[in-house]
Amino acid sequence: MTYDVAIDGKSYRLDLDHIDDVWSCRVDGREVEVDAVLARPNVLSLRLGNAVFEVKCERVGADIHIWVGSQRFAAEIRDPRSLRGRVRAGDDEGPKKLTAPMPGKVVRLLLRQGSAVDAGGGVVVVEAMKMQNEVKSPKKGTVQKILVTEGAAVNAGDVLAIVE
Amino acid sequence: MFKKILIANRGEIAVRVVRACHEMGIAAVAVYSDVDRASLHVRKADEAYPIGSAPAAESYLNIPKVLDVAARSGAEAIHPGYGFLSENPRFARACADAGVKFIGPTAAAMEAMGSKTRARQAVERFDVPMVPGTSSGLTSLEQAEQMAVQIGYPVMLKAAAGGGGKGMRLVHVPGELRSALESAQSEAERAFGDSEVYMEKAILNPRHIEIQIIADEHGNTVYLGERECSVQRRHQKVVEEAPSPIVDVEMRRRMGEVAVRVAQAAGYSNAGTVEFLVDQNQDFYFLEMNTRLQVEHPVTELVTGLDLVHLQIHIANGEPLPFRQQDIQIRGHAIECRIYAEDPDNNYFPSPGKITLLLLPSGPGIRRDSGMYEGWTVPMEYDPLLAKLIGYGTDRDQTIGRLARALNEYFVGGIKTNISLFRRILSSPDFRAAKIDTGFLDRLLKQKERSGDSKPGPQTTEVAVIAAGMFAVLGTAGASAGVHVVNGSTAQPAAGSKWKAAAEREALR
Repeated sequence: MTYDVAIDGKSYRLDLDHIDDVWSCRVDGREVEVDAVLARPNVLSLRLGNAVFEVKCERVGADIHIWVGSQRFAAEIRDPRSLRGRVRAGDDEGPKKLTAPMPGKVVRLLLRQGSAVDAGGGVVVVEAMKMQNEVKSPKKGTVQKILVTEGAAVNAGDVLAIVE
Repeated sequence: MFKKILIANRGEIAVRVVRACHEMGIAAVAVYSDVDRASLHVRKADEAYPIGSAPAAESYLNIPKVLDVAARSGAEAIHPGYGFLSENPRFARACADAGVKFIGPTAAAMEAMGSKTRARQAVERFDVPMVPGTSSGLTSLEQAEQMAVQIGYPVMLKAAAGGGGKGMRLVHVPGELRSALESAQSEAERAFGDSEVYMEKAILNPRHIEIQIIADEHGNTVYLGERECSVQRRHQKVVEEAPSPIVDVEMRRRMGEVAVRVAQAAGYSNAGTVEFLVDQNQDFYFLEMNTRLQVEHPVTELVTGLDLVHLQIHIANGEPLPFRQQDIQIRGHAIECRIYAEDPDNNYFPSPGKITLLLLPSGPGIRRDSGMYEGWTVPMEYDPLLAKLIGYGTDRDQTIGRLARALNEYFVGGIKTNISLFRRILSSPDFRAAKIDTGFLDRLLKQKERSGDSKPGPQTTEVAVIAAGMFAVLGTAGASAGVHVVNGSTAQPAAGSKWKAAAEREALR
């Protein structure tokens, strides 16, 4: 399998073969000797040379986090043969979705549909565990749509509003 | 002895009390709200009763519902844990009226200590050092202005019914007084239903040191040493330790004797905590008394060798204390980290959700009091405390080493936790040198993380890249553990080994 793995804003070409429980591995064309044990679901013990690492995989929504020891990496993995899942450029063009950062309850709408909003301006207030969290606009623009009402329960990742 | 005890709480403290009951051969009755059926305290109990919907006012704070379960289950006593009904004198009185033993002080003792102003009045005659200030609520802005001039700025406004830093305002200059008073009063009204606010001279960056006391119902009161709780964020304790690095035998004796006088002034029985502020000259001042078991009680248990929940139950059963003051010895050092479901990268906002992966620390000198398990969804309705990780060792340095090691073993996946915060605290030179006060954590959080802490080495990044690919290759096969995938030597575990491993882990708790 060949993957493009993006970590910390850098992309790596990874060739992995997994035949008869033996891994062969190339990172950007360079051969790396590696040995791995899946200790339990989502936990790998990895040996690079003689150095041992415990690696955890955490899937939160669509994001994949790889933890090496206590260091967290947000990873994007894509198959270069497929066009799907290609990372979009992180520009400010086009509508932006405001999503709930955590499960909770919508306690207040700070702006109405059609209002102007500055970058960093609060749009919706979500409460969880007795703490209120303002969900802010990532860009300057207009609140094109508000998709929740006050009192609504939301899950992490739910779209609350769209800023155009 | 009681045969059955009801635990009017949830989370890690309810689990803690269930365990104590089982250790003493007592059946444990849990209560739970609609969103807590799957919570650990329900799983560990012998009987469990639903008591209403998620908002605490309709379940864990609902006195008639809790007492109804006590009657239906035949529980002879109620342990309130901390928070919820634990410091509510109406509840203690309702228990007495219903013929159920409340495991804690009497309603009268709670009332005497429940408000900070009443507590000040109660101890005034007993030679208890107090921060200069008013022992009753402020009645007007004019009175507040006069008082502030008399005791000298800076002053601290505090809600009489306060706790958790709510209704507290630091006032540096006269011009700030009006708005500080108004906002403290309205915050106190909202948080506690009581807008009474009083004034104290502000002690800047004090240490927060508290004395654990335990009293039986026959007039014997003993202090069990101190806990230092100076590492705080927004007036909430984050790390606690025992003993305090700055308290020597003589200071412990003086503080302990004051704490015992405070407890006796209130006619106190059962476990309680007397809180003090300590200034830079190591002078200490009575702050308030907490009339319940504290979150941080395990550090005292580890350095005294006592089990406070067992003692609470024996005392409620009418037994005398099984020791005298001179029998109490402080041995070793213990430090507790409060593990919260909150996001360090997002200003420590709560982060409820499903725990998808949980790796637990163990080994020498580690105690875990936890209310979570893998696969459990942390509800969003309650306090985000998940667990407490407590390290114990011969001395402070060894304890810090053990805790830091255990924090590296601890992994909670699927939700955000503040585990990384404790790594920062424990590795901070000031913490290691015990140069801590209530401003320590704010100062630490203002510093940028040292670059060495956050910048991964090239090899670590490479490991992450390779592992990401391997998890992708394994896909759902990554869900079957124990497979050694190298050199053709597949080490397939015997069927059912996951169950066995889980059973072994539980047995070690």
